[in-house]
Amino acid sequence: MAKVKSLADLKRIKEEVQTKIKLRENSDRPEQVVQVKVAMATCGIASGAKETMNYIISELEHQAIDAVVTQTGCMGYCYAEPTIEVTLPGKEPVVFGHVDKTKAEEIIEKYVKRNELVDGIIPVNYKSI
Amino acid sequence: MADYKMHIMVCGGSGCRASESDKLTQNLDTALQKNGLEEDVQVVTTGCFGFCEKGPVVKILPDNTFYTQVTPEDAEKIVEEHIIKGRQIKHLLYEDPNAKELIPDSKHMDFYKKQVRLALRNCGFINPENIDEYIARDGYAAIGKCLSEMTPEAVIEEIKESGLRGRGGGGFPTGLKWDITRKSEADQKYVVCNADEGDPGAFMDRSILEGDPHTIIEAMAICGYCIGADKGLVYIRAEYPLAIERLKIALDQAREYGLLGEDILGTGFNFDIELKYGAGAFVCGEETALIHSMEGLRGEPTFKPPFPSVSGYNEKPTNVNNVETFANIPVIINKGAGFFSQIGTGSSKGTKVFALAGKINNVGLIEVPMGTTLREVIFDIGGGIKDGKKFKAVQTGGPSGGCLTEAHLDTPIDFDNLIKVGSMMGSGGMIVMDEDDCMVAVAKFYLEFTLDESCGKCSPCRVGNKRLYEILDKITQGKGTKEDLDKLRLLGNVVKDTSLCGLGQTSPNPILSTLDNFYDEYLAHVEDSKCVAGQCKALMQYKIIPDACSGCTLCFRNCPVGAISGERKSPHFIDQSICIKCGVCYEKCKFDAIEIV
Amino acid sequence: MEMINLTIDKKPVVVKEGTTILEAAAEIGIKVPTLCHMKLHDMGIENKPGGCRVCVVEVEGRRNLAPSCVTKVEEGMVISTSSIRALNARRTVTELILSDHPADCLTCAKSGECELQDLAQELGIREIHYKGEQSQYREDTSPAIIRDVNKCVMCRRCEMMCNEVQTVGVLSAVNRGFDAVVAPAFEMNLDHSVCTYCGQCVAVCPTAALTEVDHTGAVIRALSDPSKTVIVQTAPAVRAALGEEFNMEAGNLVTGKMVSALRQLGFDYIFDTDFAADLTIMEEGTELLNRLSKHLNGDKDVKLPILTSCCPAWVKFFEHQFPDMKEIPSTARSPQQMFGAIAKNYFTEKINVKREDLVVVSIMPCVAKKYESARDEFAHEGNPDVDYAITTRELASLIKLANIEFKSLPEEDFDQPLGESTGAGVIFGATGGVIEAAVRTAYEVYTGKGLEKVDFEELRGMEGIREATIDFDGLDLRIGIAHGLGNARKLLEDIRSGKSNFHAIEIMSCPGGCIGGGGQPYHHGDASVIRKRMEAIYREDANKTIRKSHENPYILKLYEEFLGEPMSEKAHHLLHTAYFDRSNKIES
Repeated sequence: MAKVKSLADLKRIKEEVQTKIKLRENSDRPEQVVQVKVAMATCGIASGAKETMNYIISELEHQAIDAVVTQTGCMGYCYAEPTIEVTLPGKEPVVFGHVDKTKAEEIIEKYVKRNELVDGIIPVNYKSI
Repeated sequence: MADYKMHIMVCGGSGCRASESDKLTQNLDTALQKNGLEEDVQVVTTGCFGFCEKGPVVKILPDNTFYTQVTPEDAEKIVEEHIIKGRQIKHLLYEDPNAKELIPDSKHMDFYKKQVRLALRNCGFINPENIDEYIARDGYAAIGKCLSEMTPEAVIEEIKESGLRGRGGGGFPTGLKWDITRKSEADQKYVVCNADEGDPGAFMDRSILEGDPHTIIEAMAICGYCIGADKGLVYIRAEYPLAIERLKIALDQAREYGLLGEDILGTGFNFDIELKYGAGAFVCGEETALIHSMEGLRGEPTFKPPFPSVSGYNEKPTNVNNVETFANIPVIINKGAGFFSQIGTGSSKGTKVFALAGKINNVGLIEVPMGTTLREVIFDIGGGIKDGKKFKAVQTGGPSGGCLTEAHLDTPIDFDNLIKVGSMMGSGGMIVMDEDDCMVAVAKFYLEFTLDESCGKCSPCRVGNKRLYEILDKITQGKGTKEDLDKLRLLGNVVKDTSLCGLGQTSPNPILSTLDNFYDEYLAHVEDSKCVAGQCKALMQYKIIPDACSGCTLCFRNCPVGAISGERKSPHFIDQSICIKCGVCYEKCKFDAIEIV
Repeated sequence: MEMINLTIDKKPVVVKEGTTILEAAAEIGIKVPTLCHMKLHDMGIENKPGGCRVCVVEVEGRRNLAPSCVTKVEEGMVISTSSIRALNARRTVTELILSDHPADCLTCAKSGECELQDLAQELGIREIHYKGEQSQYREDTSPAIIRDVNKCVMCRRCEMMCNEVQTVGVLSAVNRGFDAVVAPAFEMNLDHSVCTYCGQCVAVCPTAALTEVDHTGAVIRALSDPSKTVIVQTAPAVRAALGEEFNMEAGNLVTGKMVSALRQLGFDYIFDTDFAADLTIMEEGTELLNRLSKHLNGDKDVKLPILTSCCPAWVKFFEHQFPDMKEIPSTARSPQQMFGAIAKNYFTEKINVKREDLVVVSIMPCVAKKYESARDEFAHEGNPDVDYAITTRELASLIKLANIEFKSLPEEDFDQPLGESTGAGVIFGATGGVIEAAVRTAYEVYTGKGLEKVDFEELRGMEGIREATIDFDGLDLRIGIAHGLGNARKLLEDIRSGKSNFHAIEIMSCPGGCIGGGGQPYHHGDASVIRKRMEAIYREDANKTIRKSHENPYILKLYEEFLGEPMSEKAHHLLHTAYFDRSNKIES
């Protein structure tokens, strides 16, 4: 590693390394960032939840949206897998069904970024973990 | 760089390491590799999480799942169940001792809810052996800001404004100390970090050094800039091998980055740090004794003035601050004096780290805003008293402090309040006692510690503490008199009034405060030969309840001194003049026929 | 210097900035009791660890009592030295010290001279309220000094003398808390250390934790043995101090009374070490001139400066600390040992007594002389040249024991032939005296001219290191003087590093020279006593008719009858010695 010769150097290094702990920073204050829970039970995985999750993670990161993406167990909507629960800061959680890549993109573009509702919301009748 | 989707934070503090957390880390890495997840999940060895009661502790991010008492064997399950399948492992979750329910993540733990972590901000959050992670958390930004935007006077002004007071026990205003050292003229000055933590049960400084060594390095450099010193020394006890190792790694990294050494950040400021090892003498926490020890002399205090700020190491102006004090400095510089001073009480700003110990559910390391009450610390954060017993007292300030009671539970903790109620902040040891603790024995315990740790230089501490101890011992032996209680108070006050250094000036505090708060208990020892807590063996009697005794002869056969007599199938009898109170009969009896009175 | 106004015991005081409360109080006649504190003004030596806490006083507005010996005065201070709080604390602290001190005052060597005893008396302590366990250490006996650590009060005076003044570094605090004690490293015995037996620790110990080995019993036994001829020699510094033991003002010369007392005690012959001092000058002076002339002739094998070798503690010091330089000091034995050798080889012939029937006792201001007399090289077939070396203090106790009313004794003269001395022999007792005596003789021998003035004021004084250049008829003889081993170390280090350009150096271990020796009456921290003794020594010199060693008729006779020339083979055999490398050796 080269020497840090100036304050500018230090700031540059900070920016480089900050991504390393971004996930930790965000999970330390989940209520202040976008929280996404992906149902990753057998049913979810079988319907492509893993791909959905990977897509969401990389897309949010790509767009520099502070978010915490976690996996959770079966939410009980096996008919609608993959399902995800999105909680925007200060809002109630919203559950979406049949979230494939395209749907995920729409959710991010409309709901996460602009707070517009998107089709496919599953009425919440129980509190997820 | 791998793009990790999950981080497994494994506590690498001394406590968790002692329970094989390093092996756990290895096993986690192996399990991840086995499942091809090494690119997705990062295992991070961190400093202390503070929740030492149930170590080793593992926290999984981003979901904040908090696993306790994790063994190396649990690694595979964590990967296969939690990481792969997203299922929490129930038996590793923390169970709230009061509500008796499993807590899914650290955000819901009472232990963490009331904490505000400034000094411990990076402990459990970053890998202390990785300078990049420190930098990512605004590390070295404070020294950068000081060197490029602030004059030394302005930095000192900021520290003064923050209201930061020394966390080692004295509570001296840090900014003022820096100012005095700055104004002492000399060709050479020194910054000393006092890492000679010695209170029984205290490990605040060790945890900071193990969990966030760079913060100390950065703060010392800032101090050096302010006072005009290019040399720093960390006086650390050799009994802290892990802290030493991490500090050494951090020093090497900082030097490699040019954040220590010459021309730091191109500003022409030079600063480097040397480690000095202590042999673990409590008195060397006293700054003049510490300096003498660093100079290769006998570790004993000398009269102040001159204060180290004027004449310290090698008779040069020396600024001595404690580890925790330093840990607050970068926060103050980065976030401003205003941010810091809004936390805390009128005279005590910021937070304080405490090592919770004793009869408390959540033994560990906590950091709370000044002004938090003892009740919140003990019952909310600490989870209350173990085994549902009754709270009796809490000792703050270690062997220099005092025992506080139920009546003081709602006292907001700060420097002045604790002194007002007859104790002191000290460096942050907090030992909780329950109904089974005898307060005379507690006072004796602390005095025994001071007795061992006194340097022997001044007569009141050398001989006075010995005499105090002898009187306490006499009382616990059931041979004390009421006159002895007066003697304790009289002599205790003289020892306080005449001793040379802080050690002797405070060593009678545990006695005086227990005399104040638990006089009846002392009185019971000397007048009724009773130890209500049942701790003082000499005052206990084992008696056989004739109605319950079946005459099985088990006690009779096991008594090592032949104190028990009686015929088979008829009630036995213990001869008190022979009984040595070993308790064997009590343990052996199958009919609960032996009572302790 | 700024002046500070303060109030002590309701009296206003104005003192210089930097004054301690103790000193400020003393200025208005208030004596705050002390124990560990000791200040030898004239020598710039001060012990103030602030450890005993006896001198605590109450300073208005301060949380704790202040130790007056280390607390500096501040403007507007209001101090009470005798408030109930201060008195109670002072008394309690003293009781605590007493509670860990053997109460064997009646039979203690320091009884009557003990500062702790005085303190207890002063504070009117009649009962010790806090009794408990007492320290139990073994007694440590060496050839010269006894350590009874149970009596140590941790005043650290000995440690200060041993480390700061003498730089010997044998005594220091070890262990912690109640077990803390001043001892050699690893609590070994003194004779396993590099202790020089200079006795400065003994001189300052407030109690009997450090005392000299008592040889008075052995002397009494010898005196009462009819088969023995017992002779005594008295060192120059003794006569300038012995009177103090009998309540006489310091600085009184008691030479005649001392001789009288010794005669009454039953010594068969009363001789003078001063005689041997003159003899030392003959040998050492000759050696100096030999080395000097060889050096001036360009002999590279000759080393200069030459160092005096009269002081046994100094000899042991360089044997341990500077063994690489053991060829530099003069090979001349000390006056005590020259006397012993002459007594047992020459005087025995004169009076026809067998060596083993002659007992030589010396009265010395020194405890190291006990060790010196016991060195192997100063004995012949197990019979030492000097049998017993007792201190000035031991002599005083013998005189008291024999019911001799010292003050009213008549003045008597030494016996001959070993009792005649010159002024040059007398001044051996003060720092600078040996070299002055040597100069008086060497000048006349070297230049062949008579000295007009024998007083070399430039060689006298109390400064720790002094330098002077004496004009030897065109040759500038450069002389260095050091007293106190710390000062000696500085000169030696200069020699070692080649920075020194002296021709001759006098070294004495004790501050002030022998008059400040470890065997002298206790000065109890009053250094003016040592200055007064010094004045007495020079007075005695001035009063002497003969003031140059080479003019002592009995010395000339001794050479004529017995020794031949200075540095002759016989003189070499009896009056010179060799030194040993003790750097890696443990003495026993």
